Amino acid sequence: MRAAKWVLTTVVLLFLLAPLLVVAIVSINQNRYMDFPPEGFSFHWYAELFNDIGWRSAIQKSLTVATASAALAVAVATPFAYVLRAYRIRLSPLLYAVGILPFMLPPVISALGAQVFWNSTGHAGQIENVIIAHAVFFSTLPLITISLAMETMDPALPEAAQTLGASPRTTFRTITLPLLVPSMITGFAAAFVLSLNEYIIAYLVAGFSVETLPIKIFNSLRYGFTPTIAAVSVVFILIAASVFTLFAIFGNLLRFLGADPAILDRQP
Amino acid sequence: MTERRKPTRGTYLVLGVPLAFLGVFFLLPFGIMVATSFYHRIPGGFYEAGFELASWRRLFSGVFLERTGFSLLISLLAGGVCIVVAFPFTYFLSRMRRRPHVALLIVVMSALSLSEVIVGFTWSVLLGRAAGLSNIMVWLGLMDEARAYQPGFLAVLLGLCYIAFPYCVLTLYPSLSRLDREVTEAAQTLGASPWRTFWTVVVPISRPIIMAGFLLVFVFTLGSYLISAILGRPEHWTLSVFISDQASFNANVPFAAAMALFLTVLSLAMVGIVMLIESRTRGAA
Repeated sequence: MRAAKWVLTTVVLLFLLAPLLVVAIVSINQNRYMDFPPEGFSFHWYAELFNDIGWRSAIQKSLTVATASAALAVAVATPFAYVLRAYRIRLSPLLYAVGILPFMLPPVISALGAQVFWNSTGHAGQIENVIIAHAVFFSTLPLITISLAMETMDPALPEAAQTLGASPRTTFRTITLPLLVPSMITGFAAAFVLSLNEYIIAYLVAGFSVETLPIKIFNSLRYGFTPTIAAVSVVFILIAASVFTLFAIFGNLLRFLGADPAILDRQP
Repeated sequence: MTERRKPTRGTYLVLGVPLAFLGVFFLLPFGIMVATSFYHRIPGGFYEAGFELASWRRLFSGVFLERTGFSLLISLLAGGVCIVVAFPFTYFLSRMRRRPHVALLIVVMSALSLSEVIVGFTWSVLLGRAAGLSNIMVWLGLMDEARAYQPGFLAVLLGLCYIAFPYCVLTLYPSLSRLDREVTEAAQTLGASPWRTFWTVVVPISRPIIMAGFLLVFVFTLGSYLISAILGRPEHWTLSVFISDQASFNANVPFAAAMALFLTVLSLAMVGIVMLIESRTRGAA
């Protein structure tokens, strides 16, 4: 079993890391055409990423969409999760299901829905359409993280505040909301990273006028590989890995992923 | 939160804002999509309001059924491969020391956050002839000449497994890491080998979560778009590619809408099965 464990873990690790290693190597290849073993080494594909207007504009658009849609998703999900968990609302399971439905369905469905919706309003091809479509699709993530935080919150804390004379509004602002901030940040980060990488919704909603980074990468793949694509991939991987590493250091990654805290404490 | 408060008028106002948002930007577009599937398509152009069943009838056409069959087949295969690898992997992972445990999870999460377009691109490099795995084999002297393994069926399957694997691990992880250690320890105290414990104790206990993980990968890969577009030929395209192709290049939005609704029903049925399994396990626990 020990041997099987190491073989399997190593094979899976190599499988997961292989694409990351490839793009890292290709991105510092001096030659314009990809070859192996690489000849020479250079960082100029990274420089091109920031000097080329097309790539820079795609990066800016993607960052704008990801930041705005993740913020909007958290703004929608926070009152939703709070009210559904803190109050007796009729049909609350149904409402919660509506909240997680967009993310449960294949993205092409949200994408096509948003496309016909914006076509019918005559306001097609705008960046705000992509932001709203992403916010709807990814609001499920903060909805789940904030709902979980509401469930595990100690009910004695808001009760104590109210016993001491705080109004419900003051209790929410000074006790509940600060306790929800970590789960709001988690939800924001998850929505941000996934929005940054999302292709099909952005493409069907406004792909011809708003070229986000995944769309730009896909379009340039059609004209053959360039090491710039590899360089941009590396930048993305680094962003994602550092978000999750910060998570593991400052937040409780294992508990967020659902591990049993009592069992974790027993492991050195 | 144990005790839930009685809602006031203000509560409904607070709840109304997110509900209105989801209503206007999710339910309404969905309704428009349903209506669009009955609209009349103007060949070579756009579509106009109307009521006809032409798009729905096309669902029984050969091409669509073939795409559906192919999508179901490759998604089932991806689900099978993922669960067979992810289950023992997650089991081993959940029993590791904290440091490798966290490090492996960060790798899994990083792979999860990779864009499908980047996964497709990197695997097309790895499976390609210019700078791929076969070049390494040639370099090591194990192969005579470099070969291209993409585009092709296996390349698409591999890519789908790559994007689905992290989700599969994260579905299995909570219940495997909460699996009571006393159960496996008891089996081993009674003389069972680690392998026997795994097959006769861990796998049977986890049957519901194995099913849930499998169906999750199935639904997830059913909705994937870029992998088959990048790593496959047109005969390897999944339903999602076919739908968006109809919506953009062929400008047959009513047909695309009918197919999207069909895909919705298919996915909802799968999600329903997953939820049923989960509620049953919770009831049993």
